[in-house]
Amino acid sequence: MSSAANKYDACIAGIYEHPLRVAPDHTVAQLHAEVARGALLDAGLTLDDVDGYFCAGDAPGMGPVSMADYLGLKKLRYLDSTDTGGSSYLTHVNHAARAIAAGQCKVALITLAGRPKSEGSSGTQVRSQWASAPDFAFEKPYSPAPLNTYAMCAMRHMYEFGTTSEQLAWIKVAASHHAQHNPNAALKDVLTVDDVLNSPMIADPLHRADCCVVTDSGGALVVVHPDIAKTLKKPVVTMMGAGETTKGQMGGKVDLTYSGLAWAAPLAFKEAKLTPEQIRYASIYDSFTITVLIQLEDLGFCKKGEGGKFVEGGQLISGKGKLAFNTDGGGLCNNHPANRGGMTKVIEAVRQLRGEAHPAVQVPNLEFALASGIGGALGTRHGASVLIMGRLQ
Amino acid sequence: MSQTNQKHSEHRLPSPVANPENKAFLEAAQKDELLIKYCNSCKESHYYPRTICPHCGSDDTTWIKSAGLGEIYSYTVMRRGVEVPFAMAYVKLQEGISMLTHLTNCDFDSIRVGQKVRVVFQETQDGQKTHLFEPI
Ligand SMILES: [Zn+2]
Repeated sequence: MSSAANKYDACIAGIYEHPLRVAPDHTVAQLHAEVARGALLDAGLTLDDVDGYFCAGDAPGMGPVSMADYLGLKKLRYLDSTDTGGSSYLTHVNHAARAIAAGQCKVALITLAGRPKSEGSSGTQVRSQWASAPDFAFEKPYSPAPLNTYAMCAMRHMYEFGTTSEQLAWIKVAASHHAQHNPNAALKDVLTVDDVLNSPMIADPLHRADCCVVTDSGGALVVVHPDIAKTLKKPVVTMMGAGETTKGQMGGKVDLTYSGLAWAAPLAFKEAKLTPEQIRYASIYDSFTITVLIQLEDLGFCKKGEGGKFVEGGQLISGKGKLAFNTDGGGLCNNHPANRGGMTKVIEAVRQLRGEAHPAVQVPNLEFALASGIGGALGTRHGASVLIMGRLQ
Repeated sequence: MSQTNQKHSEHRLPSPVANPENKAFLEAAQKDELLIKYCNSCKESHYYPRTICPHCGSDDTTWIKSAGLGEIYSYTVMRRGVEVPFAMAYVKLQEGISMLTHLTNCDFDSIRVGQKVRVVFQETQDGQKTHLFEPI
């Protein structure tokens, strides 16, 4: 399996991000279809070329069974509905790459879409899909929502390592610097550290500006066999390495200072034969500022506990800092469709590798990019997934 | 009393959901007792409770009564987007395991990680009791 997703074995050939951030007049299925069409157009392919289909819990009805019928996919021979929340779509890319390398399919379509903005779903509410989790019986009286469970991670990180609210704020500030160049971004205002600290405290120590946006929207990816990628017009983005896992409360041995990426990222770097020092652009899952900080440590960009120092002073701003991150504005400012930001993480990483990011934030001559995802809730149970991609020279 | 200074009793807790694996746990709570699961095979406690030990896979697990004493591992005060502010926490028990809970009978602005706490029981929306913790 060591070479299954190595360079040239699978390529990301199509990307599309829905331009809408509020879509009250769309159905969720319609949004899936619009992003599928967009990504296939971007790749120069059609629905008839698709023989692999991937979707997660945001897909309406019976997942791929309902969506493949709605989309009119007639040649499917590979299906995957792995659902690890917002990290699902990175995991789908990994699984698609393995399936393509194994000869199971040649053109894999991955879609995500949702309408949480129109449906009034926010991070302060308990998620209904958590209700059947076996631990939920012991959590329900305490109303665990995304926001408060992440907030406890931030509080513990501050306690153990001296991380400050100012340092967390720098993550939002950097995202806002990037979002000003994205005409579709939900929040386009450039923020200062004080802006973040002066926004209302929602769940100590997280302010409103430490949180991602809630948006209707969607996105899609097309992963193809290298033989197909070579015939298409876009620059070829190749899969180089991936890792995925889950982390929970470990039988009560709770440790909120790290994510599952601490286990998954070394696998991805080993497979890609790269080190964090070689990554100049990273799409880091950004449901909250603390989500980014903990992942930067777990991905190896700095030591555990030193994330606060790593991000302060604008070190994540493209063209200014040591690591450019989320140059589309990320989930913190641009788009967090279906409350699941993993899809847009991959899309912006591909834009960067193709040289298609906004000129103000494009990293010059980018050879490698990383995308990470955290799905579920960092403070209770989550999926963790990471991809390392490269540009074919 | 300021908004963030409220006693937890003003917050009506949602009720736990009963299932075959947590029946003893919920029944004990009605008698102001906190039960946790202990594994006779690996000699470790675990939480949340389940039939098969998550540390070693043995089904030789038994309920033991927790002393109900511990310290705050982490916490947050949910101040907005909810009807009444509440303080959620992970409390690490003397028995070595952490459990999700709420903090009560305290000034929400004075809570600290590492603070010593003890279990108390409070009625939920439909009159069942569930565990919370208060500073000692
Ligand atoms: Zn055991």
